[in-house]
Amino acid sequence: MEKTINFTLRVWRQKDAHSKGYFEDHKMEGITGDTSFLEMLDILNERLVREHKEPIVFDHDCREGICGMCSLYVNGHPHGPEGGCTTCQLFMRKFENGSVITVEPWRSAGFPVIKDLMVDRTAYDKIMQAGGYVSVNTGAAQDANAILIPKKVADEAMDAASCIGCGACVAACKNGSAMLFVSAKVSQLALLPQGKVEAARRAKAMVAKMEELGFGNCTNTGACAAECPKCVSLSNIARLNREFIKAKLKD
Amino acid sequence: MWLSSSTVGRKVVMSISGLFLILFLTFHMSMNLVALFSAEGYNAVCGFLGANWYALVGTLVLAFGMFVHIIYAFWLTIQNRRARGNVRYAVVDKPKGVEWASQNMLVLGIIVIGVACFHLYHFWYNMQLQEILGKETADVAACVLGSANDLSGVSVHDGYSFIVATFSNPVVVVLYLIWFVAIWFHLTHGFWSALHTLGWNNDIWFNRWKTIANIYTTLLCLGFAVVAVAFYIKSL
Amino acid sequence: MSTILDSKIPEGPLAEKWTNYKAHQKLVNPANKRRLDIIVVGTGLAGASAAASLGEMGFKVLNFCIQDSPRRAHSIAAQGGINAAKNYQNDGDSVYRLFYDTIKGGDYRAREANVYRLAEVSNSIIDQCVAQGVPFAREYGGTLDNRSFGGAQVSRTFYAKGQTGQQLLLGAYSALSRQVNKGTVELYTRYEMMDLVIVDGRARGIIARNLVTGKLERFAAHAVVIGTGGYGNTYFLSTNAMSCNGSAAVQCYRRGAYFANPCYVQIHPTCIPVHGTFQSKLTLMSESLRNDGRIWVPKKLEDAKALQAGTKKANDIPDEDRDFYLERRYPAFGNLVPRDVASRAAKERCDKGYGVNSTGLAVFLDFKYAIARLGEDVVRQRYGNLFQMYEEITDENPYKTPMMIYPAIHYTMGGIWVDYELQTTIKGLFAIGECNFSDHGANRLGASALMQGLADGYFVLPYTIQNYLSDQITVPRFSKDLPEFAEAEKNVQARIDKLMSIQGDESVDSIHKRLGLIMWEFVGMGRTKEGLQTALEKIKAIRKEFWSKVYIPGDKVGMNTELEKALRVADFIDMGELMAYDALHREESCGGHFREEHQTEEGEAKRDDANFSYVACWKYTGEGNTPEMIKEDLNYQFVKVQTRNYKA
Repeated sequence: MEKTINFTLRVWRQKDAHSKGYFEDHKMEGITGDTSFLEMLDILNERLVREHKEPIVFDHDCREGICGMCSLYVNGHPHGPEGGCTTCQLFMRKFENGSVITVEPWRSAGFPVIKDLMVDRTAYDKIMQAGGYVSVNTGAAQDANAILIPKKVADEAMDAASCIGCGACVAACKNGSAMLFVSAKVSQLALLPQGKVEAARRAKAMVAKMEELGFGNCTNTGACAAECPKCVSLSNIARLNREFIKAKLKD
Repeated sequence: MWLSSSTVGRKVVMSISGLFLILFLTFHMSMNLVALFSAEGYNAVCGFLGANWYALVGTLVLAFGMFVHIIYAFWLTIQNRRARGNVRYAVVDKPKGVEWASQNMLVLGIIVIGVACFHLYHFWYNMQLQEILGKETADVAACVLGSANDLSGVSVHDGYSFIVATFSNPVVVVLYLIWFVAIWFHLTHGFWSALHTLGWNNDIWFNRWKTIANIYTTLLCLGFAVVAVAFYIKSL
Repeated sequence: MSTILDSKIPEGPLAEKWTNYKAHQKLVNPANKRRLDIIVVGTGLAGASAAASLGEMGFKVLNFCIQDSPRRAHSIAAQGGINAAKNYQNDGDSVYRLFYDTIKGGDYRAREANVYRLAEVSNSIIDQCVAQGVPFAREYGGTLDNRSFGGAQVSRTFYAKGQTGQQLLLGAYSALSRQVNKGTVELYTRYEMMDLVIVDGRARGIIARNLVTGKLERFAAHAVVIGTGGYGNTYFLSTNAMSCNGSAAVQCYRRGAYFANPCYVQIHPTCIPVHGTFQSKLTLMSESLRNDGRIWVPKKLEDAKALQAGTKKANDIPDEDRDFYLERRYPAFGNLVPRDVASRAAKERCDKGYGVNSTGLAVFLDFKYAIARLGEDVVRQRYGNLFQMYEEITDENPYKTPMMIYPAIHYTMGGIWVDYELQTTIKGLFAIGECNFSDHGANRLGASALMQGLADGYFVLPYTIQNYLSDQITVPRFSKDLPEFAEAEKNVQARIDKLMSIQGDESVDSIHKRLGLIMWEFVGMGRTKEGLQTALEKIKAIRKEFWSKVYIPGDKVGMNTELEKALRVADFIDMGELMAYDALHREESCGGHFREEHQTEEGEAKRDDANFSYVACWKYTGEGNTPEMIKEDLNYQFVKVQTRNYKA
């Protein structure tokens, strides 16, 4: 039988965006190590429902670490202290028996709380809408192998493209900056020949939108990349800066 | 103007002004080293940087760079605090691999500026400013604050005497050393961060720049510290 | 009957049908497109690509998704890849071969014309995605790389690391974002469709619930497209995401759309085995692992017992005592047999007592041999992220000890019945992607779901929907105050009121879990007549229990996640019942549907083409009533129907 742990869960409750939030403590007992963090919350919610209380609201969907829906700031880290994984891939075996586990929502002006641990990340969609695409209509494409792309470049673009848009970078950043998110998309498309054509326009539009939505200025602390569940590299930010500066100097 | 209206633009201003200040510090440190070997040599440099037009232009440019760097620092920090939202995290834990300095640049900057004012009072006030004001000797009142020796009547061109006087006081020496440490922290992050902001970085150069920044900053601060400590030892 | 179920397959030779269709279909001119509104529900590969393409064409599109962003749709979780008949590897692939493999893989229960069209447009999908900046894996020469997948003897699968679904979805999402920016698509996130609105026999809008405010809202359009995925979560445990649900499809079914082949459910052979009672979902390990991993259980029963008791480890068992049962039974395809075959083979071994973990419900997937042959570095390069994921979840290192896998519910081939134009039996209502039934027959091949979703969304629906809309150009925009809208909204509100008023003592999840267990036991991998009859009784009991004992905390207004789940579970109960009805009636084994009464002596599926070569379409006859079945006969004109054989 696998070992079980007991701990106290301090969890943020907030009725809606306008209400004042507070912490609520729950004693959790006999949680097995192979329970995922979200399954642990499921267990708690099941208990709350049985006690005719409102369950804790949190975002989650695929539960296999790819959709980017789950969030949660666990013990001072977005997606928990484990690193390199999303909250849904965080397992209770990583926590100490008898500890206090504090769970907070992403806190950033760009991501207002909707309820409890759920935040509004539509700002990311808006940034994408500002320019995170290649302007090509359906059916207008040439043969896929007509554009040769060196493997190294394709791999680098893939690494940048692995961003899941979860918002951990903003949550981790003391400046509330979304530069890692923006730079990942700008990098992916700037690296590939298909995206180069409108690279300047894209960089300018996405940065402008990010700023308009109230995200902060990047000071290269690197917290975003350190906490990114997909390990998106900080050098994407350098590339974004390069693209942006080049674009502005050309104007 | 994108240098003020866009987030990257503002950071570019921080970077360029920052790099300019690093360059200035490099010159300043080299000049100080001269004092270790030759009092005449050092005073010759001081004379060269007196109240002549090029030194004045240089001073103004430097002051402007300083001013811009500080104003932008506060501006960015205010914006960033606003972007962070009204509610703070209850539990914060520094992520692995994040430099302490990088998250405390403003505090470090304030320490640097604070001691710099003190430093300006010691040297620049008594030298270039007095010269601009047309005086030949140092202002006595200013010197008493920081030095053990009475410097009234010392020529504004005699920088060497100011060094000797200033670093004979152990309290001042310690304060300067703290200052150099703050500068070290500020620059180890600021150096590579500036290049990163200007876009001159990638996965390969990331660690290279960090290493270069650490070595360069360490040499710079050691250069400053050696002069302060050497003159204190001489004064014993 | 044929007048009701006209599948509208164009005349002519197979290879020319789609070309002919496009050449002769009716179009809508650009000025008129602006006056036509289209609702697209869902933002997965099918929904997002359709919404983006329709927006590009100039239609006014309203696009809905249940999550906080279109990019979260569960298409994102597809790992392995996407098929296309490019023949870049020069291994003899062609449109016909892709078509043939898909028909055969589907156990001859798919419509020829649809599948041929799918194979035909597959190449354009790759072109389109590359143009959008999807970073597919490349060779050193800069050309696209391919890998092989189950059910095929060629390498035709394009991939982007182990995140192909993610990259394709992000491509479609970026195209969608571009249209939102242009104003042609209006995006509604955190909205869930609650009902379909029909005016004068045509789909004219939906009622959707704003999940943040809890308010019901009305949306009107000239046509409604649903791309809301499958109903695999009926089983509670599946590889689907938590919010995946069959509700939109069930609502359309209740409104009169026929539901086709609901019993065809794909059970994916390579999932991480179930570990505990609080498990919320099952995690899939990409099928691509079967390229290099060898599947085995012990030859000796006592070894299996020792593994189950934990007294022996996998590596204690010598090669000669290992039963590589797929290689043994299917020498030609070996570990790369189609999913249904691989899943059933695993179940067969575990049922005989050869399971290898404490529950006896797992088999080994071993990379020892691949590591010996290719070196650990190559294996790491190919599967590094999957291995890492496996280790995160199970705390075991797959480079050292073999992985343990077991089949799990993964995909539903059944869905809303559509004709060649992807139109349902309700005029103006279209279904695309996993939500419809059309292309995979009784079993879907790996890397074909992404292909079908994007084919429907980019290249099929944007054409066929115009054929419908061309005579709608004179129809002005609808008022949302029409009595049909009011009635639909009232019904939904009444359903919500009823749920909230029950105030019983059982949580939604606990009832859903019980439903899932019934489904897995009786409507799962091996089905029997008695079992299915039991299932129908038990589901009726669950329904009764649900509607009398469920407890939902919180309010009707504002966000209420328990209410959301309850509304979906109510539909899952109906869905589960429909699946059982379909499985019970289909007295044969084919693809994902395996009736234990119908198997060969060697335990292979035994199809009955004489009696069951048709699509079973179910018509709703009221809650709790037995639905009516209508047949669409499958006439194979171009392919010779054979028994599937993966042995030689």
